[in-house]
Amino acid sequence: MAKIFIYPTNSLILSDLVERFGHKPLAMMEKIREKITTVGIDSPPINITPEDPKLGLKYAAVEVPAGVRGRMSIVGPLIDEAEAAIIVLDSASAFGCMGCARTNELTKFLARQKDIPRLEVKYPRTEEEGKDFVYQIAEFLNSLPNEEDEE
Amino acid sequence: MSGEDVDEITKIVVIDSESVLPSDAAMKIYESDVDITIKETCFGTMVTGPRDSVEKVVAEVRALDPNHVFVKQRGFPPGDERRCRASRGGGPRPGFHYLRTEVASLPIISRALDEYETYNPSEKEESPDKISPSKLKDIIESEL
Repeated sequence: MAKIFIYPTNSLILSDLVERFGHKPLAMMEKIREKITTVGIDSPPINITPEDPKLGLKYAAVEVPAGVRGRMSIVGPLIDEAEAAIIVLDSASAFGCMGCARTNELTKFLARQKDIPRLEVKYPRTEEEGKDFVYQIAEFLNSLPNEEDEE
Repeated sequence: MSGEDVDEITKIVVIDSESVLPSDAAMKIYESDVDITIKETCFGTMVTGPRDSVEKVVAEVRALDPNHVFVKQRGFPPGDERRCRASRGGGPRPGFHYLRTEVASLPIISRALDEYETYNPSEKEESPDKISPSKLKDIIESEL
């Protein structure tokens, strides 16, 4: 079971496909869950600890807006942990939680810099593209090692 | 939340099926004998509870129609004050728009999963590229 970084990091479709084909998606939701259930965060809903901006500095310089660093403090460790990555381009829905364009660029850049198997596909717009999208992702996931956890 | 270290997770189950309704999924979950909380929503169900129980129940629901039931984890539990619109004065909760956009393209993905085994990539049809603004401008002007 490989750990797959997905972009967009909160995607239902990608998260589901990765799990469906027997791997572990590294998605934003798990990190958010860890954050909001950690005892000791003083002031929800801010959910930022003094450690977060420092963590973000590992991925983005100090002059980069705090929002990017804050987001990278969550996304960056996911990329570090990844054993493979699936990046979906042209997502019409890169807004809302995924709405920071600079973070998105940096996320994709860091995922591309890492020496791991990577698949880049475009978001499907038609049924034909949908078939190809699922086929490419499935073949990519099937090509990754799928042994059970040794722990 | 209890004071014990229970690994509680929430999963969103989205149903895009002609044969399974969100209410069927909810009934299936109610039938299970595990200790979980569920919330029915317009697109499916949210299941909260200990990780093992949630994963067991979600697997059962997925088995109802594997290619048409989609699952993802959610960070916040249902009804969390920081996200629930009841306590935020209405409006869609953060994250809803993204989910709604993806739910709209689930029929494409479901059909692709149905046909995954028989799909032959060599028969792939090239989709037309997006039209360039200059070409679009030419078309508009030519019709005037």
